[in-house]
Amino acid sequence: MSMNRREFLKIAGVSTIAGLGGTAVFSHLGKNSLEAVQTSPNTDALTGKQWGMVIDMDKLKSEETIKKVTEACHRIHNVPDFGNPKDEVKWIWTETFEHSFPGQEHKYMSEDMMHKPFLLLCNHCTDPACVRVCPTKATFKRKDGIVMQDMHRCIGCRFCMAACPFGARSFNYRDPRGKDANGNPFIKEENKEYPTRMIGVVEKCTFCVERIEKGLKPACVEESNGALVFGDIDDPASEIRRILNSQYTIRRKPELGTGPNIYYIIGGNDYAVVPEIR
Amino acid sequence: MLEKALSGSKKYWTWIFILLVFIGIGTVNYLRQFQTGLTITGLSRDVSWGLYIGQFTFLVGVAASGVMLVLPYYLHNFKQFAKITILGEFLAVSAVTMCMLFIFVDMGQPMRIMNVLLYPTPNSVMFWDAFVLSGYLALNIIVGWVVLGSEKNGIAPPKWVKPLIYLSIAWAPSIHTVTAFLYSGLPGRHFWLSAIMAARFLASAFAAGPALLIILALIIRKFTKFDPGKEAVQTLGKIVTYFMITNVFFFGLEFFTAFYSNIPGHMHPFQYLFAGIGEYNKLVPLMWTSVILAIASIALLIFPAVRRNESTLAIACAMVFISLWIDKGFGLIIGGFVPNMFETVTEYWPTMPEALITIGVWAVGLLVLTILYKIAITVREETAGVEIEH
Repeated sequence: MSMNRREFLKIAGVSTIAGLGGTAVFSHLGKNSLEAVQTSPNTDALTGKQWGMVIDMDKLKSEETIKKVTEACHRIHNVPDFGNPKDEVKWIWTETFEHSFPGQEHKYMSEDMMHKPFLLLCNHCTDPACVRVCPTKATFKRKDGIVMQDMHRCIGCRFCMAACPFGARSFNYRDPRGKDANGNPFIKEENKEYPTRMIGVVEKCTFCVERIEKGLKPACVEESNGALVFGDIDDPASEIRRILNSQYTIRRKPELGTGPNIYYIIGGNDYAVVPEIR
Repeated sequence: MLEKALSGSKKYWTWIFILLVFIGIGTVNYLRQFQTGLTITGLSRDVSWGLYIGQFTFLVGVAASGVMLVLPYYLHNFKQFAKITILGEFLAVSAVTMCMLFIFVDMGQPMRIMNVLLYPTPNSVMFWDAFVLSGYLALNIIVGWVVLGSEKNGIAPPKWVKPLIYLSIAWAPSIHTVTAFLYSGLPGRHFWLSAIMAARFLASAFAAGPALLIILALIIRKFTKFDPGKEAVQTLGKIVTYFMITNVFFFGLEFFTAFYSNIPGHMHPFQYLFAGIGEYNKLVPLMWTSVILAIASIALLIFPAVRRNESTLAIACAMVFISLWIDKGFGLIIGGFVPNMFETVTEYWPTMPEALITIGVWAVGLLVLTILYKIAITVREETAGVEIEH
């Protein structure tokens, strides 16, 4: 082991401070030094205590926008397309009202509402069941509320998939870096800026953590023409809180206590034919 | 003592060879799964656990049931079980081995299995399951081996083994309780979110395990000079009867709560399993087979005359075992995933490679069981007539 003068002085200095400052230094080191950096040191990075999202179905009308939203997400995150529903990997997708909010539908609901394509994604729950059950801490909750997945630690036991009440998680039943029988890659155009995953691990939406670190909003929000609003639910001055304060919103399965952080403005029915009162 | 497994009759070696063939077939298929991924199974995004985890769950019960022999003998001095506690302990060793292998073959990244120990996570039930299962395996290997070794040498077992035996008695229900908690603590899976899950697991375990032990005891008596004892088999028969009735009762409780409350989410999995939802009804014949076998086996077992006749007892026990295998090794897991979180139905059925891997793991378990039983029985044959208090 060799040590140059500069390093020696550094260590000597730190040791002296430790000696003088006593336990405060060590308790500080003990508490924080071993934890992975959870938020970016980048000063442009967006900061928050619990990221959340409002999806305004009144503004999410065109199929084109929905397609842009889901495709942008899956493209930039190298989400593989295995071409069959059994092995499917998806981070953001649409479901009808009755499948997004099972038990909330009723038979007198308008066709329009019943078949509205609600955007579904990970709810980045306040008290996530997936994090609670993971046997290796491969899935964890960051200080900014994002529920993350460590692809290098995941053992592929799929306990999190059994635990998530929102069906937000996908498992790589095949090698996402591979090709189908016709030689077409499962990731059509690889985005070199974002890692691909390996076979046998679970993945899901990350709220575009890599974009938040650069001060950008999630890709789905950017592509949504204002239908998706992203922000810090913990900040009373945020736009998202202003919306939650002024509009009626619902969440998926709040009764299960996981504290989902995706809110939906389900919207009225513009095309409803009101039967004439005779 | 291991050398005793190395000499045997032609029948013994033929049996070993058959098991090795199935292990070989399973291994080849597992290597394929390791290469191409779990896509070669019937599992999907919606039904992400299936036959492997079902077998794991069922076999934890079989393992726990060893306590049904150990407890009466050591805590109540029930002498008739003296000769066969070892069979219960070695069955537990074999069953836990299979449990671990089923978890292993179910993993997406099996090479990372040590992560469970490297990053211990006490808030995960799976962490505790790994802990209690390996503890139970160790306890049964140590206790079984030491007691048998002492018997071989014609001496009483060392004193230090007694506390381990008592510990194993308390430990047995824990393995199945923790396994039930894997399921019953998950929000949003109506079929599993039930407080009686652990109790029902134990009841079905204490029916299926002893039923298997009876069959094994009768096989042993037929093929070897060792007799596990008529009384022991009779007592096991009573245990099977009571716990099978308890299990069916517990299932009835689940059924009542779901249907009298009339809560759709609670009824759906039962509807899927026993009636089918729309055109989706793959499990219906299997589940009804389980129900009919359960009722028929109880109808047989409650008559003392049927139990006293060992051939009819064996038939009833086989019915119990198959019924519970379907219920717990298959229906229980799938019912948790169907309908899925969107109240839509994705069906599951195991594929051929998945079934062959499953059979391969069972063959490994049977091989472990055969070897351990061979050793135990050979020791018993050699020391026949000598009674040692332990």
